[in-house]
Amino acid sequence: MPVEFETNEKFAEYAHPERLVTTGWVAQNLGRDGLVIVETDEDVLLYETGHIPTAVKLDWHTELNDPVTRDFVDGEKFAEVMRKKGISRGDTVVIYGDMNNWWAAYALWIFSLFGHEDVRLMDGGRSKWIAEDRELTREGPPRAASDYPVVERDDVSLRVFRDQVLEHLGKPLIDVRSPEEFRGERTSAPHLPEEGALRPGHIPGASNVPWSTAANEDGTFKSYAELEEIYLKNFGISKADDVIAYCRIGERSSHTWFVLYYLLGIDSAKNYDGSWTEWGSSVRVPIALGA
Amino acid sequence: MNTSDHPALAVLDEIRDDFLSLEQSDRLMLLLEFADELPPLPPEYENHPDLFERVEECQAPVYIFPEVTDTSEFRLYATAPREAPTTRGFASILVQGLSGLTPEQVIEVPDDYPLTIGLTEAVSPLRIRGMMGMLRRIKRSVREQLQPRDL
Repeated sequence: MPVEFETNEKFAEYAHPERLVTTGWVAQNLGRDGLVIVETDEDVLLYETGHIPTAVKLDWHTELNDPVTRDFVDGEKFAEVMRKKGISRGDTVVIYGDMNNWWAAYALWIFSLFGHEDVRLMDGGRSKWIAEDRELTREGPPRAASDYPVVERDDVSLRVFRDQVLEHLGKPLIDVRSPEEFRGERTSAPHLPEEGALRPGHIPGASNVPWSTAANEDGTFKSYAELEEIYLKNFGISKADDVIAYCRIGERSSHTWFVLYYLLGIDSAKNYDGSWTEWGSSVRVPIALGA
Repeated sequence: MNTSDHPALAVLDEIRDDFLSLEQSDRLMLLLEFADELPPLPPEYENHPDLFERVEECQAPVYIFPEVTDTSEFRLYATAPREAPTTRGFASILVQGLSGLTPEQVIEVPDDYPLTIGLTEAVSPLRIRGMMGMLRRIKRSVREQLQPRDL
């Protein structure tokens, strides 16, 4: 049984207000049947230092990525991870994490590939919960294993691959990396090690909107009107357009994909998880440099 | 090369054996203990960012200051934010494991030590690279500090 949606004025403006909850809503609904809180962070130990009571930990690197092939886990493995964490197919899953929900949005996108129906983000993420001095615990959650079914991953509706991006050239692309990466001055964000791509630059025709542009100082998403200005009006993109977001490995762009798809309501918005580490290393694909 | 070939590296060996004797999830808890144990900087170094080097291989802002003293003793100071416990844990392992070594012994520590402590599965190889970077930078700095004295 899904837990009822949160309604408030800010969320009501978004195309899919049911995809967000506030920290206050989480605090009030903790312990509800059918509600599972999931923490996903960049730092693999952050959860252990203290997390929202009842929250389970999901590690994007070791639990959502295939350990051998560059791909996400398959349906079998995803079901296995869900069962172990005690998440059922019908549960309401609320994900939060560090760094403005960067990894939380990535996890949400992967839940969506597996068609998990009710998955939401906690607006503002971990830092907002802590800033509000809300309760943290180091106690592990005592959830019983679930019987999550094996579901085939849908790689068509929300995900694109390199060849589809080649066919897409000329239509809207949003590059969510830092301006330095976009211009071709470096191949990874200024605070990350240089790695992964043989050539710097961006996909021709892409617009550069660093992913954190979508967030306020406190990590919450900007209002509908602000997001509409930033992503649609500025670039003359309409909701009927096919839009693809990409970054370095598809994690930061999951955050922007969430904005395009759920907050602005662009039904055909997709995430290119091959992103720059694939494009920038591919032979004979076009690359643009500079702003 | 195994650290066991060097009796002086006994603490590093011990830390490795402690990790390897645990189940994967308990290894993370031990890493968290290390993170909690990273000592604060001594007051005389607190306001000296000039002495510290940023470890670019780590995603979190971690700074190290490997010092070879006038009496040729090795000391390692490190600082990393509480919000980056994995990185703090890595720094803390090195602070504890290298303390008491001579500068020459620090140079002898195998570069791949971080790969041998059984964390690559729980923490992922990508993240372990941050610790490799830390160790490489420490060794390079010690080599540089030793050089003028050899001349």
